[in-house]
Amino acid sequence: MSPDHTLFNVFAAVFAALAVASGIAAGLKWRLAAGASSVVIDNLNARINAWWWMVGVLAVAFWIGEGGIIVLFGLISFQALREYISLTHTRRGDHHALMWCFFFFLPAQYLLIAIDWYGLFSILIPVYAFLLLPISATLCSDAERFLERAAKVQWGLMICVYCISHVPALLTLEIPGFFGRNAQLIIFLVLTVQSSDVFQYVCGKLFGKRKLAPAISPSKTLEGLVGGLLTSTVLGAALYWLTPFNVWQAALVALTINIVGFFGGFVLSAIKRDRGVKDWGTLIEGHGGMLDRVDSISFSAPIFFHIVRYWWV
Amino acid sequence: MIEKLFGLLLCNFAKLLTGVRPLWQNCEPEAKLRVYFANHRSHGDFVLIWAALPAVLRRQTRPVAGADYWLDSRFKTWLINKVFHAVLVDRRPGRDGPDPVEQMAAALQAGNSLILFPEGTRNLDEALLPFKSGIFHLAQAMPSVEFVPVWIENLGRVMPKGAIVPVPLLCTLTFGAPLTLTPGEAKAEFLARARHALLDLAPPAN
Repeated sequence: MSPDHTLFNVFAAVFAALAVASGIAAGLKWRLAAGASSVVIDNLNARINAWWWMVGVLAVAFWIGEGGIIVLFGLISFQALREYISLTHTRRGDHHALMWCFFFFLPAQYLLIAIDWYGLFSILIPVYAFLLLPISATLCSDAERFLERAAKVQWGLMICVYCISHVPALLTLEIPGFFGRNAQLIIFLVLTVQSSDVFQYVCGKLFGKRKLAPAISPSKTLEGLVGGLLTSTVLGAALYWLTPFNVWQAALVALTINIVGFFGGFVLSAIKRDRGVKDWGTLIEGHGGMLDRVDSISFSAPIFFHIVRYWWV
Repeated sequence: MIEKLFGLLLCNFAKLLTGVRPLWQNCEPEAKLRVYFANHRSHGDFVLIWAALPAVLRRQTRPVAGADYWLDSRFKTWLINKVFHAVLVDRRPGRDGPDPVEQMAAALQAGNSLILFPEGTRNLDEALLPFKSGIFHLAQAMPSVEFVPVWIENLGRVMPKGAIVPVPLLCTLTFGAPLTLTPGEAKAEFLARARHALLDLAPPAN
């Protein structure tokens, strides 16, 4: 099968799965007595509707090609960073540092993927932003809570830009015998990690009893976590044909990125609790903000990238 | 025509840049005679309130702005008069022009709502400066008018005083329960009540 054909079939299958999900959600809503409404079922419907949009946008980006994918993830980073900084305390003295983040480091990071300069891609934010941003902040002569502010800005840039940029960076890997099929790695990563979120939600709603860590994330349950991780690991193994892995390797990689992805959501939940909010934003109805949707991707993307780069390139 | 187009463009630009989200808490966007009073950290403040109001209300709402700042260039003069239809007041202590409270009351009597920043100037710090007494005198002159507190979150960071390039952070506007002057309420009482109503809308301090 040609790579284009494969992508077409995968998206067709995802849309089919969404159609089934929409059918079930509509059935659940219909089964409710007329006029009655349930917050959980309304939220489920909103979530599934939003998935149609998200998968649709993803499909368009893949149809456009590498440029489309890089631009899409650049925009995702932009929105995530925006949500993150909006909720994080910075002062007037950070204005220049924030300008550097939004108007230089973010576009530069994605440009480096487009021109395939891995050396600089891997150090631009951890080294150069790390050194330059606090310099820019000191030039505004405001020392109040300086370390805290510098750390927050750097951390946001790492999570929202550096980590997420590892998704389109998968396009630059040269894997023997896998030429022209790198976009499938992105599909594997996104499908596995996002399905893990979905299955954790579903298993949690169906079987959830024991709260995992109410102080950090009140809705997460042990049953949801285990059920979600296992289901999406099986899905990852079943998708091995998208990747250079065999079935067992695919299962192991899927399990790893699902665990890391789970902790991504967990860590970002801790920040939300600390800031006293439930969601990062309101962009995606039923899900919250962009960062609520990509928290697990941002943690798992660099790990997945390095696993592939170390063992398969 | 060009003024209307420019106003619309500016509104949409402000919305796009800040993703502004109006939260109406214990208050509905209604066509009543109102004074929206807000915290002031940026020149974009009134543009954002203006942009967040439904178009019907926007057309009859005028910002109150300082003449000293807005009349010092031809472009700013055109913008504030023709696009925003502001009520321009003279903030200097030794003024010899019209009384700002009378100007504002006249605008209200003509059927326009107002956007007012009772701190009197842009606040570079956290929280809120003490209110100037103008808002009290206005409430006395127009006792039937509703005063709606509006907390503007983050715009001071999008475009702080002195900045030229805005940073695209997300802003939230919280509209609180309207208040009116109770009969016999003293100046200090009303100012404190209005200030607290506004502070109550602010997110928890850092």
